[in-house]
Amino acid sequence: MTQPNDDVILRVDRLNVDFTFGKMNLKAARDVSFDLRLGRTTCLVGESGSGKSVTARAIMNIVEPAVISSGAVTLFDLKEGEVLELASLDPDGAEIRAVRGARIAMIFQEPMSSLSPVHTIGAQIIEAIMLHQDVDKHEARKRAIEALRDVHIHDPERAVDRYPFEYSGGMRQRAMIAMALACEPDVLIADEPTTALDVTTQAGILKLIRELQVSHGMAVMFITHDMGVVAEIADDVVVMLRGDVVEHGAVEQIFHEPKHSYSRALIGASLGLNNAEARPAPPTEGTPLISARDLSLFFPGQRKLLGKPDPGVQTLKDVSFDLWPGEILGVVGESGSGKTTLGRVLMGKYQPEAGEALYRTGSGDVRDLADRNSFRDKQVYREIRMIFQDPYSSLNPRMTVEQIIAEPLWVNNIAKGAAMRDRVAELLEIVGLSPAMMERYPHAFSGGQRQRIGIARAIALEPRIIIADEATSALDGSIRAQVLDLLLKLRDELGMAILFIAHDIGVVRYFCDRVVVMHKGQIVETGTAHQICDAPREDYTKALLSAVPSPDPRNRKIMPPLSVAE
Amino acid sequence: MIAYLARRLIAMILTLLILSMVVFVVIQLPPGDFVTSYIARLSSMGEVPDENVVEAIRAQYKLDDPLFVQYWAWLEGMFTGNFGFSFEMKRPVAEIFSQRIGISLTVEILAIVVMWGIAIPIGIYSAVYQYSVGDYVATIVGFLGIAVPNFLFALILMYVCYVWFGVTITGLNSPDFANERWSLAKLLDFASHVWAPVLVIATGGAATLIRVLRANLLDELKKPYVLTARAKGLKRHKVIMRYPVRVAMNPLISVVGWVLPTVISSSFVTAIVLNMPTLSPILLRALLSQDMYLAGALILFMGFLTMIGTLLSDILLAWIDPRIRMGMIGAR
Repeated sequence: MTQPNDDVILRVDRLNVDFTFGKMNLKAARDVSFDLRLGRTTCLVGESGSGKSVTARAIMNIVEPAVISSGAVTLFDLKEGEVLELASLDPDGAEIRAVRGARIAMIFQEPMSSLSPVHTIGAQIIEAIMLHQDVDKHEARKRAIEALRDVHIHDPERAVDRYPFEYSGGMRQRAMIAMALACEPDVLIADEPTTALDVTTQAGILKLIRELQVSHGMAVMFITHDMGVVAEIADDVVVMLRGDVVEHGAVEQIFHEPKHSYSRALIGASLGLNNAEARPAPPTEGTPLISARDLSLFFPGQRKLLGKPDPGVQTLKDVSFDLWPGEILGVVGESGSGKTTLGRVLMGKYQPEAGEALYRTGSGDVRDLADRNSFRDKQVYREIRMIFQDPYSSLNPRMTVEQIIAEPLWVNNIAKGAAMRDRVAELLEIVGLSPAMMERYPHAFSGGQRQRIGIARAIALEPRIIIADEATSALDGSIRAQVLDLLLKLRDELGMAILFIAHDIGVVRYFCDRVVVMHKGQIVETGTAHQICDAPREDYTKALLSAVPSPDPRNRKIMPPLSVAE
Repeated sequence: MIAYLARRLIAMILTLLILSMVVFVVIQLPPGDFVTSYIARLSSMGEVPDENVVEAIRAQYKLDDPLFVQYWAWLEGMFTGNFGFSFEMKRPVAEIFSQRIGISLTVEILAIVVMWGIAIPIGIYSAVYQYSVGDYVATIVGFLGIAVPNFLFALILMYVCYVWFGVTITGLNSPDFANERWSLAKLLDFASHVWAPVLVIATGGAATLIRVLRANLLDELKKPYVLTARAKGLKRHKVIMRYPVRVAMNPLISVVGWVLPTVISSSFVTAIVLNMPTLSPILLRALLSQDMYLAGALILFMGFLTMIGTLLSDILLAWIDPRIRMGMIGAR
């Protein structure tokens, strides 16, 4: 292949990646073609299973157990004028290993599990440096410290000897970036690097990647399913669906003149959340279902063998709010703000030191949820149910869907035998699944379907309140919208109240009636969803909102506006 | 760290004390004592025991005193290094110990080393090349190793060695050397015998370890940090040895805790079959004949080994895994 005349650094040409199971052959990527250019960011978008990550790994030629069946990945050396074809190299050979980490580097979604838990951050960066650069250990260590400084890690001389589990999520991702960029690669592949982070941390990481891209002049390939992130950072967009590239173009064109129906659906789903109509404020007269006053909870620190004693955390401080019948109350904040703890206090998992949370039961009496005794007769557990964040680990893999959904029914002696089966079938229909799926096990379902099963389990007892802890955070864009719509429909049909705990303030605008914003265990602002999103009063709320990516490339909030490209 | 060790040591001493009480009571539970079973044995052979001798033994070991007095006498003796007297073998317990403990520990430590030497490479191979021919062979052999009792393997080994090669592999030394002092020749003779029990004990344990290591490593191999390390440009086998194997070793190290005592108790039958001069056959005999000082000291010694093993594995784990090191609650 000849050298293209512009600054194309990497060309993917009709790449095919196959998984083989026995005689079955699954095409994970089909005739994928695109170019990466120095100084530009190319976003690969699509839902999970669309072949984005497989494509990224094929560029590095690490696809086992799959195989690259045909196609080419060509890496150009612009200074030397050399051309290297990667896809046909021996996946463990010296040539491809000299490219990995040195010319093409990669960062991943889960910064905790992507770093070795038993080696220090420094050791892992030094290893990468010494693999590709002819330096001694002392010099490598100095460079590792510099790399950590470049990603704005505080006190890098000390941080270099820390272990990944001593870092916060955002810091770990910064350390990953430091490791990836230690050898100054030409191409950085970022596979969902901000999906596991909350919005303010995400904004910081996105800015950092852009800053380093400008200073190193590298090409960035960014994989994400969040169209807001795409609008903020992309120069070019590749839309993938079930292994195929369905659309490929500049970000302006994809967002404002999408050609393929799937691109339109993706963008529509993300715009829908932002342009939601204000809903009539739900009635807030009469008596609230839950009336929480001055809840405070302190977790004492553990004594450590090494290092300073941990001072403990004031997880909740004077938290007061009301939950009215039939309303959806959003609880938003960064990780560590105490929002999940609040949900667990209401379920009796923790008892606060001070304050009360009065709950008016279906039979009319008042229980204090801050008191362990209120949960003795299980009535509260029948009336307040939970939906969890991770649809994969919150369903027992050894139980069928029928057993999972029926469990609350037989535990509470509500239905047995044929009646129970009928009820499960009915519940499955309510959440939009076929009753014929009853016999299957959770692994046969996608993430969105599993979350529907979790919802069916939660509504099986016709609860009065559902506590949804990050119930849609793990779902892709369009599936998230479907699950939110399902919950809205159920709220209207069953008349239950929902306490919606989320770090994604973008979802809240679409889904919630009222919102409380939490920061460091305290409620900083309470208001209707539209007031919070459109006219926030407190600085913290404003900061939180400004970190939410805007799903319009012409109206970027986090990144500087588009440079005059082409 | 020192505070942590001190706390663990105090806990160990207290546990040993409680264990000693339990051991003592349990040994006393069956009706009668050593003297009655001794008399029974003598009379079954048609001899009449000497009343005076019997009375003397009873008085010396306070056998007619209450349990607590007997226990106290036993405990007191142990603090001064006097572990009591073995009625059965007519020698002080301490002497029996010192004679056999060296050989016991040598055999068992050799067995552990061989066990790990077999298990680690095979376990890694089995996980890395999952569902390959080699993995299936290792799996089948491993399950055979778990399923076949040690003593049966020992019998087969003896049979094969004798019938095919004309070698006897019982004992740890040839009869000529049995009562000799240690010399190079005796050491060589020892080496030519010891491989059989070591192999028998090691294969049984190795089979389990292979399964544990394989399962753990399979989990670790799928972790994203493996991909990260490969994306750095490391060679595949280097990645595997440096990252997932290191994390997957944790359970193998926690195993040290129970490996130490099992090398005494589980090699029982093997030791008897192979006629080895180690501690485990003695324990069985002592228990059968209600030789309570010998049995008590042996059981206590096993408890002690368990605790040492657990402490060792905890320290090793803290040493190789920083997550455990940082989480250890220590200096209070």
